[in-house]
Amino acid sequence: MTQTIKPVTPALREVSRSVPRLEGVQKVTGAIEYIHHLRLPGMLYGKIVRSTVAHAKIVAIDAADARALPGVHAVITGDDVLKIVPSPYYGPAFHDQPVLAIGKVHHVGEPVAVVLATDPHVADAGADLVVVEYDELEPVFDEVAAAQPGAPIVHDELQPAGTFADLKHLKGKKHTNIALDAQVRHGDVARGFASADHIFEDTFKSGQVMHTPLEPMVSVAETRSGKELTIHTASQSPSFVRMEVARLLGWPENKVRVRAAFLGGGFGAKLYIKLEALVAVLALIVRRPVRIGLTMEEQFYTITKHGTTVRMKTGVKNDGTIVAREVQTWWNGGAFADIGPRVTQKSGFTAAGPYDIEHVALDSCAVYTNLPPAGAFRGFGIPQLVWAYESQADIIARKLGLDPVAFRLKNVLRDGDEHATGTIMTNANVAACVESVARQIGWDRPFDRGTGPVRRGRGIAVGIKASISPTTSVALVTVAADGSCTLAISTVDMGQGSDTAMAQVAAETLGIPTESIAVVHSDTDTTPYDMATLGSRSTYHMGHAVRLAADDARNQLLALAATYLGVPAASCACENGVISTGDGRSMSFRELFVARFGMQAGNVVGTGSFEPPYAKPDMTTGQSSNVTPFWMIGATAVEIAVDTETGRITVERCVTAGDVGRAINPAIVEAQLNSAAIMAIGSSISEVMIFDRGRIVNASLADYKIPGFLDIPIDIAAELIEDAHPNGPYGAKGVGESGSFAPTPAIANALEDATGVRVREMPLLPERVLRALRAASGTPLEAE
Amino acid sequence: MADGRRTIRFTLNGRPVTAEAAPHENLIEMLQRDFALHGARVSCAQGLCGCCTVAVDGVATSGCLMLAPFADGTTIETIESLADGDRLDPIQTAFLENAAFQCGFCTPGFIMMTRELLDRIPDPSDDEIRHYLSGNLCRCAAYPEIIAAVRAAAKADRALL
Repeated sequence: MTQTIKPVTPALREVSRSVPRLEGVQKVTGAIEYIHHLRLPGMLYGKIVRSTVAHAKIVAIDAADARALPGVHAVITGDDVLKIVPSPYYGPAFHDQPVLAIGKVHHVGEPVAVVLATDPHVADAGADLVVVEYDELEPVFDEVAAAQPGAPIVHDELQPAGTFADLKHLKGKKHTNIALDAQVRHGDVARGFASADHIFEDTFKSGQVMHTPLEPMVSVAETRSGKELTIHTASQSPSFVRMEVARLLGWPENKVRVRAAFLGGGFGAKLYIKLEALVAVLALIVRRPVRIGLTMEEQFYTITKHGTTVRMKTGVKNDGTIVAREVQTWWNGGAFADIGPRVTQKSGFTAAGPYDIEHVALDSCAVYTNLPPAGAFRGFGIPQLVWAYESQADIIARKLGLDPVAFRLKNVLRDGDEHATGTIMTNANVAACVESVARQIGWDRPFDRGTGPVRRGRGIAVGIKASISPTTSVALVTVAADGSCTLAISTVDMGQGSDTAMAQVAAETLGIPTESIAVVHSDTDTTPYDMATLGSRSTYHMGHAVRLAADDARNQLLALAATYLGVPAASCACENGVISTGDGRSMSFRELFVARFGMQAGNVVGTGSFEPPYAKPDMTTGQSSNVTPFWMIGATAVEIAVDTETGRITVERCVTAGDVGRAINPAIVEAQLNSAAIMAIGSSISEVMIFDRGRIVNASLADYKIPGFLDIPIDIAAELIEDAHPNGPYGAKGVGESGSFAPTPAIANALEDATGVRVREMPLLPERVLRALRAASGTPLEAE
Repeated sequence: MADGRRTIRFTLNGRPVTAEAAPHENLIEMLQRDFALHGARVSCAQGLCGCCTVAVDGVATSGCLMLAPFADGTTIETIESLADGDRLDPIQTAFLENAAFQCGFCTPGFIMMTRELLDRIPDPSDDEIRHYLSGNLCRCAAYPEIIAAVRAAAKADRALL
């Protein structure tokens, strides 16, 4: 089947236009609002006292010295929390995370107590004075070891949350660290392997990394009566925060108001409950506003990206056809499940890659350990899987003497093929993405392979991701009597440009300029429900809700116009805030309101609610007739230089292609692809959390190196593969993660291309690369 | 006061000001609390990310590492000094026009550092831009757009000369 790239419909005025960000001036002048800056009258600063051990019973907490410190208002522990919340455990998948530790700690850095003071420096000093006595238990850190019988048990009992429709299958269990074991069974892998000419078996590992949003996590809570709460929080999921805090307190949702501002980055770190439950309970205890803002160091102990072990067995014919694949993945979820079970299931079912394979068996296992918790991180588990299947793709291609691009194109899923979940592929331009990056990098052209110690190589990779479902998004479009328009949504703009993109969708539908729309930020008292800003879902899911809301408002305005202009609504056109008839008469939005209400008064309110079509997979086979609203595809090709004397990799060129449906805002979409690729380059060659008995050795930007100007490719480019999705709002798909899928294996493949050495553990730190190079040359370095 | 606060005098964004500075607090805390200036922000708190960049006596400085009392007698400029009412500095205009930011948290720091770069090297090469801005981190990774913005700002700056 040929893949066509359809031209953008010329009739669109607002969509497909690179509208500058609506909030741009506020960002370049420094005036923009972040919760980071919020200070309330009478506010107390909280400093968290954190566990210093990975797994222990709490014997005693001695806070006498801290309480005696001048300026300390209170020291709060789990016992105080229990007086307000009888069962203070939260989480989107399991209710496993206590507001403050109760009886036991599960990882280094777990909050044990909070010191409150009007001066943040006093709170800091007070926190150092709290002494906690522990009775240490044996910890477990490795995800494979923790999944074995006889491993130390992190939680005595697991309580499923039952909040999200897609996580209803989680079971209450005892005596295990396995939070979820998800399967896909398609065909008969034993028969598939028997028919294969070659069998490849590899294990790929990846380390734990951190999002490091530059606005560190922060939440502020206030209450006036003790019977209601307002939580100001740098959160990607205000609707969930409201629901979960209300549940903990046994209150109706409308007593909890949760509002966000712009976020200084999120990347998945600011989802679900982070500090919100804690500040809420503290404010109720002390009856004063309470703020907790983390330091960069504390963020590393709060949420991370799953480290993984992926065991991959693949059967291939002599001609390069992949006939069978068996994948076992262990996700190191750390001490609390957070959203790990969803990562395990949603990402797990794509572990065979974007390939048409007849026989597939996938096992994906979410495991508790005594490391800091892991949750969503841009890509939602996909980069760890792509790392495995695209590394092995090159191992196979090399062994069979096939060109890596040709091998991929021979096997890729094309529209009409059946995915391992049984879903028939549609609007998934895998081949077009591979061909794009091959063309951009000049795959068939010779390049400088280097001489002496510096060697160059090229690598390519492609990944696929399913979107999240079932989910709900609701939007409100309000037209005021002067004709101006306000869009109220709970989508959180954390830098991805959602305010602008959503305004474009509303503007396109209403026939007004994007720049004239004001976007109201997530505030659960004002903006309607949205599942969360995650998984590249907003453009598609909320985009639809916004389109429907704007359409509703437009229809109401057209009906008004029809009344006053005396023609059927269907014969009116709506353009630039003016409704006109075919015979030259027209009324502006304002004139309509004046005609209707006798003055500039009233509102037209349009509402929209969207749930995508979806068929829940069978829980034993993973089979579904419609497993995802749309597929995201990202491909990357790189050219790297390797210093064979130091092991240092420099990514010199990086080209990315993303299947974006239709780009609502092409400039923002292109930037998303490139910036996601840069973030993935960081976790490929420099970023990894290093642990010593559960303690993070490098929880600082000094030792944990995120990419700066000298670390990024000098030559970087992205191509948008535009193929309007028939179910997308104006054809759009989500795109925020696509660029992050493929860089890691592309770099590992380039390393082998340059040096002949294959590394199966990421990141590709200089020491690891040098060890591999020296081992391959028969002069290994001393063991660590 | 018991916490050792003392009155300091300095010039802030062109105006003489006074403040009560505690010996243990940093410049950014004071600018935010006493002057409601929020463009410079503390992120890493170790002088590694550049989010807190301000100009002290004309030199780009990590405000999170400078104790507030040391502001006494200095001239300090923050991102808020660049625009003249609604008229943006050419660097701010270039960042806007090149979409050289995403979340915006690091942006004032990048702009302040770019201001110093262009004051010293009016026509920087790409290599000079990368090196000069290597102490500013952007986790959103708007680097390709930032380098385009700095090039455009240099051109606009020179056109004004």
